[in-house]
Amino acid sequence: MSQLTEAIVEATRLGHKAFIPYIMAGDGGLDTLKPTILKLQQLGVTAIEVGIPFTDPVADGPTIEEAAVRALAKGTTLRKVLETLASFADEITVPLVAMTYLNPILAYGIDAFAKDAYEAGIRGVIIPDMPLEESTIVHPSLKAYGVDLVQLVSLTSTPERIEKLTKASEGFIYAVTVNGITGARSTFEGDLESHFKKIQSYTDTPVLAGFGISTPEQVKQFGTFTSGVIVGSKIVDSLAKDDWDTIESLVKASKVQIL
Amino acid sequence: MSKTLIKNGYYGDFGGSFVPDEVQKVLDRIAEEFAKVKDDLTFNEELNYYLKEYAGRETPLYFAKNLTEKLGGAKIYLKREDLNHTGSHKLNNVLGQILLAKRMGAKRIIAETGAGQHGVATATAAAMFGMECTIYMGAKDTKRQALNVFRMELLGAQVVAVDKGNGLLKEAVDEAFLDLVNNYENTFYLLGSAVGPTPYPEIVEHFQSVISRESRAQHLEREGKLPTAIIAAVGGGSNAAGAFSHYINDENVRLIGVEPAGAATLTKGSPGILHGFKSYVLQDEEGNLLDTNSIAAGLDYQGVGPLHAYLHETGRGEYVAVTNEEVLEAFQTLSKTEGIIPALESSHAVAYALKLAPTLSPEDSIIVNISGRGDKDVQQVFELLKK
Repeated sequence: MSQLTEAIVEATRLGHKAFIPYIMAGDGGLDTLKPTILKLQQLGVTAIEVGIPFTDPVADGPTIEEAAVRALAKGTTLRKVLETLASFADEITVPLVAMTYLNPILAYGIDAFAKDAYEAGIRGVIIPDMPLEESTIVHPSLKAYGVDLVQLVSLTSTPERIEKLTKASEGFIYAVTVNGITGARSTFEGDLESHFKKIQSYTDTPVLAGFGISTPEQVKQFGTFTSGVIVGSKIVDSLAKDDWDTIESLVKASKVQIL
Repeated sequence: MSKTLIKNGYYGDFGGSFVPDEVQKVLDRIAEEFAKVKDDLTFNEELNYYLKEYAGRETPLYFAKNLTEKLGGAKIYLKREDLNHTGSHKLNNVLGQILLAKRMGAKRIIAETGAGQHGVATATAAAMFGMECTIYMGAKDTKRQALNVFRMELLGAQVVAVDKGNGLLKEAVDEAFLDLVNNYENTFYLLGSAVGPTPYPEIVEHFQSVISRESRAQHLEREGKLPTAIIAAVGGGSNAAGAFSHYINDENVRLIGVEPAGAATLTKGSPGILHGFKSYVLQDEEGNLLDTNSIAAGLDYQGVGPLHAYLHETGRGEYVAVTNEEVLEAFQTLSKTEGIIPALESSHAVAYALKLAPTLSPEDSIIVNISGRGDKDVQQVFELLKK
């Protein structure tokens, strides 16, 4: 079992749900990366998804895209993010998951990226513009350094496609709850519960729900039929406002309530 | 024809599809339908009807006698794509894709546009076929092409000014893809350049190849032989793809793509992945995109179609860059010598022809693709020349 999977399984073993916040590296300056990560792990998150800003974030909604624009304006690059993370890697206690587009990895050098990512505490990578069919470009290098390649699985895909992606996914299955892109939403469509159960039936790797989860109620709701959730836009938004109360209430919703 | 060039969605090492899984299934549907219609007799009869009756094809291959005499070298022919309805080559591809969209049951058409020509062509065809239409355009481009924005609105389209990043074509493409991801069930993304994930580059090349199909026949009839060179401007690369297509296997015909010096993707870029496909990209060492600076909105793009990356890498195509000053000079030269005001985009091809023609003999002939007319640019050139 990979370190990433283990962290999620450990959370569920205690009766909690896994909670993975997404942060945009360099939003507010790279100096904020360390305090943000340390504070999040103190709150008891399971892992942290670290977004790498890119000039063409085709899978991201407005909140995360704007955060990327702010981060890029502050001179954030993939190289600087990895260097910053490596500088306090010994204090990082939860696995990190990098979300980055393919072009920055190609420009960095695939092997060098896998090695430096591992040394920076990254245990999983999500590449939204890399289809499974092209994953041979990066997979051997990631595997060599023990970095999981997490697949995004869209609920609107065909059953065959869902099965294929689910079986290929490492670390966890990132189940996309809505059509389209990242961003906070108020309602969800369709019979989600049976959908998630179907996905979980293909694999022992935990299934997490993401895209559009923004309230403690939704964290709880999705927690009833998944191993946990990923919260992106709402976290990015809260961090930009320095609103830690909201973040804390979201993390708390993933925990067993002790009366 | 370059049909044999494309294999599994790749031109050599370039092309492919790098998109989120949700977009991929939409693209697969389009690819499937395109494969069905591209050699289908009924589909092509319908397309040819609209190309002739609505677009006004075929376009002339005009012998530019004055310019030829002035330069004193190779014979210069102008392929007059500017005489298409809506004033550019863009309508060729739009008519093909909108018929494809209709076959797929789409009710809504979306498109990106840089100079506004593709947007106008798309809005035009959407009006004629009675389809809802949204055009994405960079905010900076909407300002420098304000009249085209009004034209699109006049044609019933909704124009969305994308006020992100630099507000150029790149941002418009991003926005259109977001729309497609969210609305693919009823929406067809009518991509205007020979870029994007497969199957778009192939679709656009296919529908634009009517340019070289005509010009090859016209030149053979006129000169009894093939031309020495074809010259076309390259931004994303749709007019050049269409102008080159039927000559790719004619190895003695030089294929020359002309880029703006301020957005010279092939001459100054390196391989990368952008907007869902692998090609040459203008990028920094971190893989982020560099800013572009061309006076031609339609060429202000950091990527280039995979066909051109392939022709560049194999040496089959020659890619050169010209400066904004050379382009302005060419814009005026063609206007004065032939009474033809070319688009600033097309003026890039003219600018290189002005350099090349005098170095060749009168036995040689070159075809310059006049991809669009310059009326849309007159105001901008007026401002530039005043300075």
